[in-house]
Amino acid sequence: MEKANRNQQSNWVINGFFIIVCLLMAVPFFLVIAVSVTSENSLLQNGYRFIPKELSLEAFRIVLKTPELLLKGYGVTIVITVIGTILSLLLTAMSAYPISRRDFRYNRPLTFYIFFTMLFNGGIIPFYILMTQYLHLKNTLMALIIPLMLNPFNIMIMKGYLDKISIEIIESAKIDGSGELRIFFRIVLPLSTPALATLGLFISFAYWNDWFNALLFIDNEKYVPLQLLLVRILSQIEFLANSPLAEAASKLQFTNFPTLSVRMAMAILAGGPMLIIFPFFQKYFVKGITVGSLKS
Amino acid sequence: MSKTHKVKKRWFIQEFLHLRKNRELLLLATPGILFELIIAYVPMVGLILAFKYFRYDKGIFGSQWVGFKNFEFIFKSQDAWRIIRNTILYNITYILLGTIVALLFALLLNEVSGRLVKIYQTTMFLPYFISLVLVGYITYAFLDHKNGYLNVLFKWFGFEPHKWYFESTPWMFILPLVAVWKGVGFSTLIYYAGIIGIHSDYYEAAKLDGASRIQMMARITLPLLKPLIIIVFILGLGNIFRGDFGLHYFVPNNVGANLATTDIIDTYVYRALSKLGDINSGAAVGFLQSVVGLITILTANFIVRRVDKDNALF
Repeated sequence: MEKANRNQQSNWVINGFFIIVCLLMAVPFFLVIAVSVTSENSLLQNGYRFIPKELSLEAFRIVLKTPELLLKGYGVTIVITVIGTILSLLLTAMSAYPISRRDFRYNRPLTFYIFFTMLFNGGIIPFYILMTQYLHLKNTLMALIIPLMLNPFNIMIMKGYLDKISIEIIESAKIDGSGELRIFFRIVLPLSTPALATLGLFISFAYWNDWFNALLFIDNEKYVPLQLLLVRILSQIEFLANSPLAEAASKLQFTNFPTLSVRMAMAILAGGPMLIIFPFFQKYFVKGITVGSLKS
Repeated sequence: MSKTHKVKKRWFIQEFLHLRKNRELLLLATPGILFELIIAYVPMVGLILAFKYFRYDKGIFGSQWVGFKNFEFIFKSQDAWRIIRNTILYNITYILLGTIVALLFALLLNEVSGRLVKIYQTTMFLPYFISLVLVGYITYAFLDHKNGYLNVLFKWFGFEPHKWYFESTPWMFILPLVAVWKGVGFSTLIYYAGIIGIHSDYYEAAKLDGASRIQMMARITLPLLKPLIIIVFILGLGNIFRGDFGLHYFVPNNVGANLATTDIIDTYVYRALSKLGDINSGAAVGFLQSVVGLITILTANFIVRRVDKDNALF
């Protein structure tokens, strides 16, 4: 009895601990939202606050007044995220399945072949030259899709999951006369839903959040994804805000451009959609991830 | 002579038969194999660029050899010591802090009942799913000199407000804090999934023997998690010479005044590239990062193997 009591007490302590941790995790997001809906005047006078003194949707109005840039960014990001995730997931599963089969004699060399790219690589510059000089992918959507398509770590996670599928299922399908391809598409893939959902989510986030490849390979306005837009707008606003022109303009009261809240509004518009999607995939997470069997 | 020849021939036929039998498996693996070949292995050949003077019109192979000249700038520049020290110290901090915090969270999470676990996990995962550009925006909301939340708070408590982006010391604490904030959800999940994978028999047996929760943690969970911890640790060590560009570029906002404590090899090279277009020095640094990384991993793995063969990565 006393022991159960003590357990309950420690449960309270643990839960309290996690509630504090979760607050620390979430609070920065609330701050960003709060700033984005605070009027510029209030921001300048009172600084950032969690509870805005003067509400204003001006920042969102400004961002959405000329939506072309933002819409184009969404377009590029959505296209690369959808195409990239499908291709990448298929390629990941197709690579992981053969190396998860213990009766396949080449599973170990193939595992090492893929795993080695995690340990050693050519670095950015040879990769950049390959992509631009030899594959001629500068300023194409493929330049945003290809670099993230095959992540060895994802293959290892997929392999870890496939290792748990019992060989008997595959053997019995073979006896029934199914070929490996059929087994893979009809049996193995459907059985891997949790892993595919988890990896698909991680991969889509990698595409959605990618700015690095855009920074390297895109300077054509047509193919600027959201995150690169964010980088550019940030520097442009900073440029505008710090230019003598803006100073003169604000002295003459011509404009009161809400640089602070616009920034946060942009941040919300660029990052928000995925944050709303991801909790729906949460249930697959623990089942989908097993790195324990990464070895061998 | 003829006997070994025969054995060889038989071996060859056997391999051929095995491959033919598994040709569909091989077919499945082919796209991935080709992809890795082009995207990961071909650029490794490009590492020779570190020893060449690259000219676009002549290509990698046509460009002239220059020996170790490209490496000179790294060791001659006054920044070399600073960026190498920063890169290594930050990475060690991230690895240690990240592992300890994530392990602690995973162990405690294991003691919480199901529904709450989901809520905690989802919340801890939020930061993992935003880009570092956005993390930069969020940090800015906290640290902005005039309006930043932290300074508002400081004023409220009667402290002097700080110009965070123009100071160097605070970044030694800010960057690890941001790194843990962003990454801990994922690492916790990895360890938590590992704990869930431990067979419940162990715990039931321990319970019968009257073990407490702490004892079970220390005697069962941690030892069984050891291989996983070591894998993550060794892989982390391989990147010890390679930094998180986004974290060190967008979060300190690329402000010159805090470079002393925020600059790492990757941001340094990026600045060199974007300001001077210096491909050759960049290639030399990339070469060092890859080679040092490989050596570190092999050494760490060797040491782990010596101590305990089963826990080594390969």
